Amino acid sequence: IMCASAKYNTRGPALIPRMKTKHRIYYITLFSIVLLGLIATGMFQFWPHSIESSSDWTVEKRSVHDVPVVKLPADSPIPERGDLSCRMHTCFDVYRCGFNPKNKIKVYIYSLKKYMDEYGTSVSNTISKEYNELLTAISDSEFYTDDVNRACLFVPSIDVLNQNALRIKETAQALAQLSRWDRGTNHLLFNMLPGGPPDYNTALDVPRDRALLAGGGFSTWTYRQGYDVSIPVYSPLSGEVDLPERGLGPRRYFLLSSQMALHPEYRSELEALQAENGESVLILDKCTNLSDGVPAVRKRCHKNQVFDYPQVLQESTFCVVLRGARLGQAVLSDVLQAGCIPVIIADSYILPFSEVLDWKRASVVIPEEKMPEMYSILQSVPQRQIEEMQRQARWFWEAYFRSMKAIALATLQIINDRIYPYAAISYEEWNDPPAVKWSSVSNPLFLPLIPPQSQGFTAIVLTYDRVESLFRVITEVSKVPSLSKLLVVWNNQNKNPPEDSLWPKIRVPLKVVRTAENKLSNRFFPYDEIETEAVLAIDDDIIMLTSDELQFGYEVWREFPDRLVGYPGRLHLWDHEMNKWKYESEWTNEVSMVLTGAAFYHKYFNYLYTYKMPGDIKNWVDAHMNCEDIAMNFLVANVTGKSVIKVTPRKKFKCPECTAIDGLSLDQTHMVERSECINKFASVFGTMPLKVVEHRADPVLYKDDFPEKLKSFPNIGSL
Amino acid sequence: MQTRKKYIFLTFLASWLLLFFGGDQLRRFAFFPGRKAEAQRNWPRWTDRSLLKSFADPEELQSDGDPSLPSPRERRAAWLSVYKNSRCRMETCFDFSRCEKNGFKVFTYPRERDQPLSESYGKILTSIERSRYYTPNPEEACLFILSIDTLDRDHLSGQYVRNVDEKIHNFPLWNGGRNHLIFNLYSGTWPNYTEDLGFDIGQAILAKASFYTESFRPGFDISIPLFSKDHPQRGGEKGWLYQDSIPPKKKYLLVFKGKRYLTGIGSGTRNALHHIHNGKDIVSLTTCKHGKDWEKHKDTRCDKDNVDYEKFDYQELLHNSTFCIVPRGRRLGSFRFLEALQAACIPVLLSDGWELPFAEAIDWGKAAVVGNEKLLLQIPSAVRCIHPERVLAFQQQTQFLWDAYFSSVDKIVHTTLEIIKDRLRPHRSRSRFLWNALPGGLLALPDFSTHLGDFPFYYLQLGSSPSEKFTAFIRASSPADSLSQPILRLIQAVSGSQYCAQILVLWSSEKPPPPRGKWPRTTVPLTIIQGSGKLSDRFFPYVAIQTDAVLSLDEHTSLSTSEVDFAFVVWRSFPERIVGFLTRSHFWDPEQRRWGCTSRWTNELSIVLTAAAFYHRYYHSLFTEYLPVGLRELADGLAACEDILMNVLVAAVTKLPPIKVTQRKQQKDTVPQQVGCEGGRGRGDPSWAAKQSPSPLHSPPKVKGTAGAGSRRFSQRHDCLNQLAAWFGSMPLVSSQLRLDPVLFKDQVSVLRKKYPRLEKL
Repeated sequence: IMCASAKYNTRGPALIPRMKTKHRIYYITLFSIVLLGLIATGMFQFWPHSIESSSDWTVEKRSVHDVPVVKLPADSPIPERGDLSCRMHTCFDVYRCGFNPKNKIKVYIYSLKKYMDEYGTSVSNTISKEYNELLTAISDSEFYTDDVNRACLFVPSIDVLNQNALRIKETAQALAQLSRWDRGTNHLLFNMLPGGPPDYNTALDVPRDRALLAGGGFSTWTYRQGYDVSIPVYSPLSGEVDLPERGLGPRRYFLLSSQMALHPEYRSELEALQAENGESVLILDKCTNLSDGVPAVRKRCHKNQVFDYPQVLQESTFCVVLRGARLGQAVLSDVLQAGCIPVIIADSYILPFSEVLDWKRASVVIPEEKMPEMYSILQSVPQRQIEEMQRQARWFWEAYFRSMKAIALATLQIINDRIYPYAAISYEEWNDPPAVKWSSVSNPLFLPLIPPQSQGFTAIVLTYDRVESLFRVITEVSKVPSLSKLLVVWNNQNKNPPEDSLWPKIRVPLKVVRTAENKLSNRFFPYDEIETEAVLAIDDDIIMLTSDELQFGYEVWREFPDRLVGYPGRLHLWDHEMNKWKYESEWTNEVSMVLTGAAFYHKYFNYLYTYKMPGDIKNWVDAHMNCEDIAMNFLVANVTGKSVIKVTPRKKFKCPECTAIDGLSLDQTHMVERSECINKFASVFGTMPLKVVEHRADPVLYKDDFPEKLKSFPNIGSL
Repeated sequence: MQTRKKYIFLTFLASWLLLFFGGDQLRRFAFFPGRKAEAQRNWPRWTDRSLLKSFADPEELQSDGDPSLPSPRERRAAWLSVYKNSRCRMETCFDFSRCEKNGFKVFTYPRERDQPLSESYGKILTSIERSRYYTPNPEEACLFILSIDTLDRDHLSGQYVRNVDEKIHNFPLWNGGRNHLIFNLYSGTWPNYTEDLGFDIGQAILAKASFYTESFRPGFDISIPLFSKDHPQRGGEKGWLYQDSIPPKKKYLLVFKGKRYLTGIGSGTRNALHHIHNGKDIVSLTTCKHGKDWEKHKDTRCDKDNVDYEKFDYQELLHNSTFCIVPRGRRLGSFRFLEALQAACIPVLLSDGWELPFAEAIDWGKAAVVGNEKLLLQIPSAVRCIHPERVLAFQQQTQFLWDAYFSSVDKIVHTTLEIIKDRLRPHRSRSRFLWNALPGGLLALPDFSTHLGDFPFYYLQLGSSPSEKFTAFIRASSPADSLSQPILRLIQAVSGSQYCAQILVLWSSEKPPPPRGKWPRTTVPLTIIQGSGKLSDRFFPYVAIQTDAVLSLDEHTSLSTSEVDFAFVVWRSFPERIVGFLTRSHFWDPEQRRWGCTSRWTNELSIVLTAAAFYHRYYHSLFTEYLPVGLRELADGLAACEDILMNVLVAAVTKLPPIKVTQRKQQKDTVPQQVGCEGGRGRGDPSWAAKQSPSPLHSPPKVKGTAGAGSRRFSQRHDCLNQLAAWFGSMPLVSSQLRLDPVLFKDQVSVLRKKYPRLEKL
């Protein structure tokens, strides 16, 4: 079975036998030839495509008037009326969609025909500009298939966007004779203006049997939840008028109504609001005395004042969207485009894409009966929320209203999500505007769980050849009560680890993992042997940490399982002179990183480090043999949005071996390299995720005047 | 020789590769026409596409109105007569005006003696009566709940109540069911299990388990989960996820163990489940043993299935599987659903047409896999393909939802009520985001704010941070005429903080506050609020508090500016928690079988006294509006209980311990801080500090205080803790072993380098 999901290796780096030198040249040549072959293949792959896209010679060029004509006999069958009880599991044939690795439905579009009745009168306009755009968008999308037998969803090319423009019975007959009609099963119709006088039904009146309806203006009585899709009424002004995005915040008018054909009852209620609240409310109407040639649709008037529409919408914080004869109104689209917060007054209206969009974050819905209280209701909206709603409104327009393409793709995506719910787009992806998506974090470990102490932690020691020091570390760490397993990652391919009998005898299982290559990232691999959530990464020369210090570190990690918990802290600073980041290891009052020479963290971050590290950071670190700890700090802060926790006073890992080579110049190069790492990572992440804090964690009774022997962690270590 | 062979082989290999990968491309180059024909089937780019007419005239779009139409008022009136009963919606079948004057109040019909009441329905009624919306007065009620048990409407059941129609029509309040809420768990009976309740619910809202989408009135009815009679009234068990592992280290991928029906409704789905059983990571077991006469319908698989069935234990499977199949039974919902949710076994629903519980609020796509009964065979591959990160997110979400909405009857009933309440004022209701993010809709009150950034919980998701100032809130209750020295010093210290926006003094003494001139001059505004003297006053959501952070203080508290500054900076990192200086810890006393709390110097803490603590102002609203009146009265009646109540509340919301920050060492005689839990804090008693000698090595909590008054307060505080634990259904407090200090605290380095040197001085 093919999965779309990325397979990852749970075994760990495999052991590769070391090549013999004499075969090396042979293998290198072999490899380069294969590589060359692949590059050549790649070039062949792309070469022809670039020709195709530059001139669209593959696409047919014809006029809509040349399409074949179909005559509908007067007695040709008419589908049943729409079935109100239809749901996906009753009226939709899922077998047509099947399981596929991409989890995408396949959509087929019937070819365009012109329909005539018996007398040769055409049934409707062949196709409108908008419907053509919609079908083009579907045809260009990933959903499209030209193979009718593989299709899961069928879209007729019969244009029913506007019910007024078509003859109901004949259109129904035209639908019924489609080759795969089959009672309308898996057929999708798009309609924006349903119903007609005098009763204005809220759904398309054309009998359509089981066909799904993407309709603008559903009421709760006609909308088949989970089957139909509620779509916006497209406003052609979206394409014509460019309204640049306005800054957020209060605007000149507080409340504005721009609709022209309001019922007198509504209008008088609005005017009452204006009378009460004065200038902050603006109620516009049709202009009566416009000179010829000025399109009435682009002007609005209040008394003698003339305003440009839709530009005037940008002058108001809230804009009224009242129901007319129909529930769905094109003005909603204009209002959203202007970044004005829609005040929706249309009882029982199903808002566009309400299955996925959280309209409460972008609009205010007020029951018709509460219209007189509208002003006070709106005034109770907090200022900061107004800004967010403005941003949200504009984002909805940009993503789901601005073009027929946007409307078509959102509709198909919603249907797709129903058929492959386990691959559905999340609430956040639908609703969060890019600015929020960028700045917000969704912590993968969001549940506030304090892991049970009994689980303990797994210590991972990365070592190369310092066996003596390694053994000391093992002995020291094994004294920590909560240690549950010790894993030695043997990173030296030239030398075998010591024999079993030579290793220190400790009370917990000790495992040695041999790696294929001497890479720093081996320390952060999610080895299967790690059975606890908590991991203690520790270098093979860290022998100065006391057992109390380590145990306390573990206890702190349990309270902050989604953070890095470490000992010496480090800081990043913005160097104003150099205009870049700088690494700081001095005695600072702040920390933003901890060294992973000894640090506790969740095993999940090993998984992230190995498989989800952005950009080329992982390879870069392996190549430079440095900064794997900074990379880990970046990764964790970026995905959780939280700071590290530094525990205990410790500021440095002083190792006895290091002192000999510790020189000033070495120290300086070290600092420069580390600063480079920070700058490199910040540019790859596209932001500086590290969080600066001024605190560290100490035991509750640290340095308190209290008998040491009664303290849980008396020997907490020193600088 | 060897080498030459190798190179020949290499050349051969390279050319072969080229042909293999490149050949296909070359072929395509050669046969253009084939591709062209294929491409033609795309939707054409019409040559005259720019000339096409718009679907509607702009005029037509903008003036969509018809003056001849009936007026909106008439239309709404006409609706009322058309959209009734099975077509009910809130705007046609619910009388909003009943809820306007007194707000959302719920009335339960008095229970009658001779009326049988099932255990579950009893719990539902209790939940309502315990809620903050309950009213015993039908006059002021907005919503009515019957005392007739309507949970089991299977007329073959022993709990079926007869003649419901007759009974309800005799109720003067019934009014055709308007503004009534009816709970039901089982409807219909063998063989069809229809949605029929056996009586006419009229215009009542139906809260029903196993709701079928077709009979569900959207935006009006509510789908609730099926729960057993043993479901706890309050609190409820915790979820079973203790470990976030990736990849999910469970023994099984997908399991099912249950009955299958050989005939009748629902049998199709369950009879097919054995197909996906592979005996390894997918275990799907059914038994035919069901009902009395199963052997009559027995099929060829039954004997083998029955044997396999006994080999596995249901609980064991539940605990050790990543996904659990939750198929329909005779009815659409099953107990299995909540069991799987609690077990963090991601439910894979095979129950077509089931309106999922609270789907109006809950986004099930984040916690369950909604499968299709027809596509059973695709389920294994579908769940195998879900990314490990997503599995982990699913698991955590099941736990959140379980704990927020399902773990007790209280939560189920309160969620139902909140959903209805939200419909009454759509502009002041919870967005879908609030329902589906921690801590959940029941704990995020839209009455406080509809702006997400005003709550302490969502900063990270929104990419924002709490405001940079705080409001100092000092409670003064000493009966003295003039201001005492401590409070003057406190005001000075607090107003010295660069983060202080304003100081509020809650004057709780009977005597009037000193005149303006007696108060110290401060750089920040100082306001005096007259309190009513109640202890719970200190957590009232005063409008004057406009900053996110509140620094709660007592007049006796002694703090320095450094301490305040540092604590506030820490709070900004933990805005959902209480951050403070003085701590207590709770413990379970196994001898007396009750909770106790201690002020001994301990290695742990779980309570931060609000005599000196930062917390988010939202907790004032939650304290005053979320907690039922009874609980607040309890806090008013017992000394120092409101402190604990606040801590318990915040812990119940966050599931996290409070945070203790560095406190300066002080001279012992002026320190009230070390006074114990045991002694209470003796409000209004000026000599209290002196009586309780602060000794680090305090006697253990079991040895009660010496003074009589002390021992009474001791028991009071313990009583408080125990009563709160009883009300919450469990002990929400969480212990912490750490204290947050400045990075260089007490380090042997020059004080000049330190940002908070004063914290280290005596």
